[in-house]
Amino acid sequence: MKFIIQLILLFFILFTGAQAQPQEQYPFVNAQQKQQFQQLLKQVRCVVCQNQDIADSNADLAKDLRQQIYDFIQQNKSDNEILDYLTTRYGEFILFEPLFTKSTWLLWIAPFGMLLLGLLVLFRILRCKTET
Amino acid sequence: MNLKFLFSWRLLPLVLMLIFAFILWRGLNSDPKLLPSALLNKPMPAFMLPDLLAMEKTLSERDFVGKVALVNVWASWCESCRLEHPVLQEIATTQQVPIYGINYKDQVPAALQVLQTIGNPYQRVAFDGQGKTAINWGVYGTPETYLLDQQGIIRYKHVGPLSMEIWQNKLWPLIQQLQRG
Repeated sequence: MKFIIQLILLFFILFTGAQAQPQEQYPFVNAQQKQQFQQLLKQVRCVVCQNQDIADSNADLAKDLRQQIYDFIQQNKSDNEILDYLTTRYGEFILFEPLFTKSTWLLWIAPFGMLLLGLLVLFRILRCKTET
Repeated sequence: MNLKFLFSWRLLPLVLMLIFAFILWRGLNSDPKLLPSALLNKPMPAFMLPDLLAMEKTLSERDFVGKVALVNVWASWCESCRLEHPVLQEIATTQQVPIYGINYKDQVPAALQVLQTIGNPYQRVAFDGQGKTAINWGVYGTPETYLLDQQGIIRYKHVGPLSMEIWQNKLWPLIQQLQRG
């Protein structure tokens, strides 16, 4: 009986807790704009709780930024215009995915580079082993 | 294959990991919460806000131009702001530089109450109730303090409470430099 109760509680925890929706209502007349809004929220970092995007974050600033983006979309601004507005004021760090620029190319290439190097070294070592 | 060649390839992962560890170790010392101000060396963003001390009047960025000045973003609900308040008072009383305030997402009565109780270091305070102007300035962690030159260009930004140390080591030298023109 105790086990069944635990199972039921586990079920509730797993299936009712996980929805990360902003609390406020953002009515959209246009389905395309709604999608634009939801996609943009995922691309913007919450600079207060830095590992969350502003779709998930409960921080005050995240709420303000959601409102600001909503207002921009109502004004028919494009994704680029909105992200540009944010990076001009908060820097590139506010973008969840870093841009591929002169200063970040190493960040992007490094994992692949290291994997390649690791494989090369492995290859070398294995070859030596079979030769001796 | 001779021993030396074998040795160098095997050493490579270790060398790379040491370099990587060094980079990470350097990273430990930098505070991820401090974003460099993207508005450095750009003119302060324009705004039009009520004057906290005379709400029927309007202040704009033109009211902050003319002298090397500090712009301090603060709120009555902000506890760290209380920490830096004595420093602001000190700067204000020695009148080395005017301090303008942007009251961020506050209630007018509460903000006025704070100024009456602990003192008003500000020459002028703009009331940004909704915080939209603050977003325009790239504010994310109250208190924040900006240093403007005579033309209203942002020359420095400090996030977090000011201390006498930061004033002496960072702000004051820069202010003197700007005043010399």
